[in-house]
Amino acid sequence: MAEDPIISVRGLVTRFGKHTVHQGLDLDVRRGEIIGIVGGSGTGKSVLLRAVVGLLKPAAGQITVFGESVRDTSAEDYRRLRKRWGVMFQDGALFSSLNVQQNVEAPMREQLNLSDETREALAAIKVRMVGLPDDALQKMPSELSGGMRKRAGFARAIALDPEIVFLDEPTAGLDPIGAAAFDALTAQLRRALGLTVFLVTHDLDSLHAICDRIAVLAEGRVLATGTVAQMQDVDHPWVQAYFKGPRARAALAQKETA
Amino acid sequence: MKTRAQTLVTRPQLSLTDGAFVLKGDLLIGTIDQLNTTQGLAQEIDLSRVGQFDTAGAWTVVKLERRLQKAGLSPQIVGASPLQHDLLDTLRRNMPTDDDISVTPLTVADRLEQLGRKTVAALREILAIIGFLGQVVATIVSLFRRPARVRWTAIVHHMQHVGLNAVPIVSLMAFLIGVVLAFQGAAQLRQFGAEVFVVDLIAISVLRELGILLTAIIVAGRSGSAFTAAIGSMKMREEIDAMRTLGLDPVEVLVAPRVIALILMLPVLGVIANFSGLIGGALMSWIELGVSPGVFQSRLVSNTGVWHFGVGLIKAPFFALIIGIVGCYEGLQVKGNAESLGHLTSISVVLSIFLVITADALFSIFFAILGV
Repeated sequence: MAEDPIISVRGLVTRFGKHTVHQGLDLDVRRGEIIGIVGGSGTGKSVLLRAVVGLLKPAAGQITVFGESVRDTSAEDYRRLRKRWGVMFQDGALFSSLNVQQNVEAPMREQLNLSDETREALAAIKVRMVGLPDDALQKMPSELSGGMRKRAGFARAIALDPEIVFLDEPTAGLDPIGAAAFDALTAQLRRALGLTVFLVTHDLDSLHAICDRIAVLAEGRVLATGTVAQMQDVDHPWVQAYFKGPRARAALAQKETA
Repeated sequence: MKTRAQTLVTRPQLSLTDGAFVLKGDLLIGTIDQLNTTQGLAQEIDLSRVGQFDTAGAWTVVKLERRLQKAGLSPQIVGASPLQHDLLDTLRRNMPTDDDISVTPLTVADRLEQLGRKTVAALREILAIIGFLGQVVATIVSLFRRPARVRWTAIVHHMQHVGLNAVPIVSLMAFLIGVVLAFQGAAQLRQFGAEVFVVDLIAISVLRELGILLTAIIVAGRSGSAFTAAIGSMKMREEIDAMRTLGLDPVEVLVAPRVIALILMLPVLGVIANFSGLIGGALMSWIELGVSPGVFQSRLVSNTGVWHFGVGLIKAPFFALIIGIVGCYEGLQVKGNAESLGHLTSISVVLSIFLVITADALFSIFFAILGV
């Protein structure tokens, strides 16, 4: 993997009023990997995600995706850039007035000029790919369970076959079986579609199961990056507590027996 | 797949040569609709000259493969990279089955059935609102037997919102109604030289009907919708369920203070509306007809019975009850999504205005029979 990183963040500073969230944060994401972003509550994991996809204007710093700047770009370039990634928000963020099929079709409808037949067929395939039953297509978001909403949100995120998907806590609030199934789904779709996955998570099992690399956020910057195994040796109290705590040991034991 | 530059794409092409379908160019979601279709049959699908390839491209290949299989062939895919093979496999697993559920058009019987269901649903809704009315009244009565449980802070808070804050808009509205009545009345009455009767016209119509009716309509639009939205968003965030688990009765905590505040404040707003309606009318009569305020006042006192004022004001608490009950009831009907909140808020306003006008008509008949 000698090529340029697909996402590159340099010297990112974000502030809300007087509160500084990121203080000169650097991060590189390589093409085709699943990178897990972890950190305690309030360390700015979701804020980082929002800054990278351009929803939030940082106070300083450079963010480039596919080698193009996200901030200093024309509206037209940003539109083109946006087509190449998909975002899944925490609770799916499905449009509540549209059913699942229309939700998945929405990006295709806005960005491309597809025939109705093609669009419907592709939406049905995407919904099946994320493991939802066919009868979910016509359901409204309010009729779905939390796990199904997340899956539908994932289907919408991959509707345009993006190169990167951003997942914001995809397994939060799911039962362990549902969470494991979501992890397997992420890994499978990464393989099939050649995705790069930017995964914000708290879930130690996800980190062990699917992440190639982990970036730990603390004190306003990326404290360490590396594999789960490498994290064991990072000398920082939070990292030690996180990766060597009782839950971490349980997750590790589970992985070894599996 | 790694070299998927989105800026440079070549148009995809499908051709049938030497017993094989050959695909060329980039098969992407943005380009597949430009792909030509070919009839004809072949045993092979050649992907070796395909450039970029995504789910949509794989879908067209699998679609072609299905068509050939239906024709009794067993087509082979050749020249696909391992990644393309994986993607094709994923697609094969996830292709929807062909037998689509066709939508049958509605028959007359179906439409009649729908009409019947809607009628029954509307009747049930009316019954439910009457039931809710009973529940609220029972709660309020039992509250006043145990005054310690009355939530005075909440009542005063809502009184400020539905009453005090509505004073400017209500008085402006009534003032303008008085002006309009005087202006229109003067134009007609002048033809008979009966200008001075404009005082009776304004006084009776404002005091008996318009003052309180228009106030109720404004309050329904202002506060009824606010009740629905506030209670509805609490329902959405499961606050109502949380209250129930804590042993709090939502009717006692949320509905009763709002309804009590409305019943107390709507008559007050009605009196204010009456005053500013009369002031508007008097001002316009003075400008337009030269009826001085002194004449206006003495004629008002001598010719307009106090019962006109009483008839108007008696209706106020009933209108308040309608607005409060409908607003809170619709709020409690909100389901989990934002869509239903907006829908029910608009239903709440329309329904309460409709019921207020219906009640007003019934009161008119009632007072006509009584002869007041």
